[in-house]
Amino acid sequence: MSKTTNIFELLRAYFAVISARYRTLLQYRAAAFAGFVTQLFWGAIRIMIFAAFYAVTSDEQPMSFTMVVSYVWLGQALLGILPWNIDTEIAEMIRSGSVSYELARPLDLYNFWFCRTIALRTATTTLRCVPMFIVAVLLLPALGLDGWAMQLPPTWTALLLFLVSIFCAVMLASALTMLMHVALIWTLSGEGLNRIMPSLVTVLSGNIVPLPLFPDWLQPFLNFQPFRGLVDVPFRIYVGDISVAAAFPDILQQVFWIVVIVLLGRWLLTRSMATMVVQGG
Amino acid sequence: MPQIIVEDLVKTFQVAERTPGLAGAFRGLVKRSYRSIQALAGINFVLQPGELVGYIGPNGAGKSTTVKILSGILVPTSGRCEINGLTPWLDRQRHVADIGVVFGQRTQLWWDLPVIESFDLLRDIYRIPAGRYEKSRDELIDILDLAVLLDMPVRQLSLGQRMRCDLVASLLHRPSILFLDEPTIGLDAVSKLAVREFIKRINREEGITVILTTHDMDDIEALCDRIVVIGNGVIVSDGTLANLRHKLRGERRLKIEFEGEPEFNEPDVRIVSREGRVLHLAYYPQAVAATELIARITARYRVKDFLMEHPPIEELIAQLYRDNDIDQSAARTRRQTGLQA
Repeated sequence: MSKTTNIFELLRAYFAVISARYRTLLQYRAAAFAGFVTQLFWGAIRIMIFAAFYAVTSDEQPMSFTMVVSYVWLGQALLGILPWNIDTEIAEMIRSGSVSYELARPLDLYNFWFCRTIALRTATTTLRCVPMFIVAVLLLPALGLDGWAMQLPPTWTALLLFLVSIFCAVMLASALTMLMHVALIWTLSGEGLNRIMPSLVTVLSGNIVPLPLFPDWLQPFLNFQPFRGLVDVPFRIYVGDISVAAAFPDILQQVFWIVVIVLLGRWLLTRSMATMVVQGG
Repeated sequence: MPQIIVEDLVKTFQVAERTPGLAGAFRGLVKRSYRSIQALAGINFVLQPGELVGYIGPNGAGKSTTVKILSGILVPTSGRCEINGLTPWLDRQRHVADIGVVFGQRTQLWWDLPVIESFDLLRDIYRIPAGRYEKSRDELIDILDLAVLLDMPVRQLSLGQRMRCDLVASLLHRPSILFLDEPTIGLDAVSKLAVREFIKRINREEGITVILTTHDMDDIEALCDRIVVIGNGVIVSDGTLANLRHKLRGERRLKIEFEGEPEFNEPDVRIVSREGRVLHLAYYPQAVAATELIARITARYRVKDFLMEHPPIEELIAQLYRDNDIDQSAARTRRQTGLQA
């Protein structure tokens, strides 16, 4: 309500939104544990498949098997940041009309929901990734399964760049999730999107198969599209497949897509709000 | 200086129409036909600071649409609205910083968080200075007797408890205007009284302008100095309750309990209903004075008890709609739930 909008107060407001939603989502511990067990199981299966593939291939592959193993575990640990689902609270607000309250707050609606979305993308992931890293980095070598264990990044610089890149990946994932939220305003039901997005995202981001293992003729397309910034860029920086020098243009590409998708989302949201109908009650 | 100025406010919704049946569903895939629905057909009113106004009308009359436009949530098709010098839909963020809203059918509290955390979150969202926040919060909690509820998650609250918490939430940032959209809907008698008492108090003591929509006529009788009646998107009446009663030809009621069950037949009087020995009568004071009517009846019949009453406000409103040719069933079909773009 202050007359002069203080940027720090504003940031605190948005941070409070992230924090409140984050705390709410952290309550789902049983779901997180079940998710962790599932991810562990799938991680093992994926590694077996890659092991079989690398055992029979005679060609030189773009990524080494050791890199792929780390890549797989990282993917299992950070699966939750992928924009594969929507914030059910936002969906419910849009369906029921409670979205009115969101508009009655002195906050920019896009930023407001973007904050909620950041919490959605990070909260469950924080719960699941810690036990996953413990198992993949520490427990597997202790059990004598060195070949299946997740390695640490080759250099400190690689680790640092990975952290920057994974932060960008969370922003990109949130921006993509926001597109899904905006689409909800038109469709009301998130069912369709909730089914399409996981397949699109997991394939094009490199989550299922690392993008360098795709055919050469697909590479120009795969190297440009936005989903690559979710998995391919940060993970390959982590395993050392993208060198420190090559990391900068790739991180810039992530930033480019974040800007484009945020602007697109804002434009669509503004358009949908102008013609919105909040009925009932 | 008026606080709220509304001029020629019009809102037209485009609603996709579906032809019934399978063939219609396929046709809808190729060609969508739209029907426009005029929710508001030119609304005008002016409010002074500190007024407590009841805004009433049947379902689908345009009440909620008006409230949503005034609170910056919807953009009108045309018309002007100025609240504290701002146009709600153009200056939404600045405007909503100085208003409070409660939609009775939904909560603004975070469902899974304890009540107090929702309040703290609103402090950050509205950027309320810490000292002022604690003062308003403690005062409001005290008035509404909420201290024991603060640590409970919102989902565990009863409707009445939740509504009281929602009222606190809407006032933490000390708005100058409070919009209440059906605040007593679904509440039990005790909670209704508490909510009414509170609304009256913040209006009298804090001078907060209150705009209240309701279907509960007791709310109106207990609270509102001024009543604006809307029907089919236009305002059909604007004035005090006494004014409204007077305007509607001033039919009055008389309830009489007889000893026995006589054949009742009197000029100037209409029988509204009969329950054994009790008759509900209606008459026009212009046609016959109350004293004369009672004298005539007590002379002819053996009367045990009688009571003069006002017609219930529902009937006033229903009559107002009849006079203005407002088809309530037509209005109702326009009501839908959910949100569309």
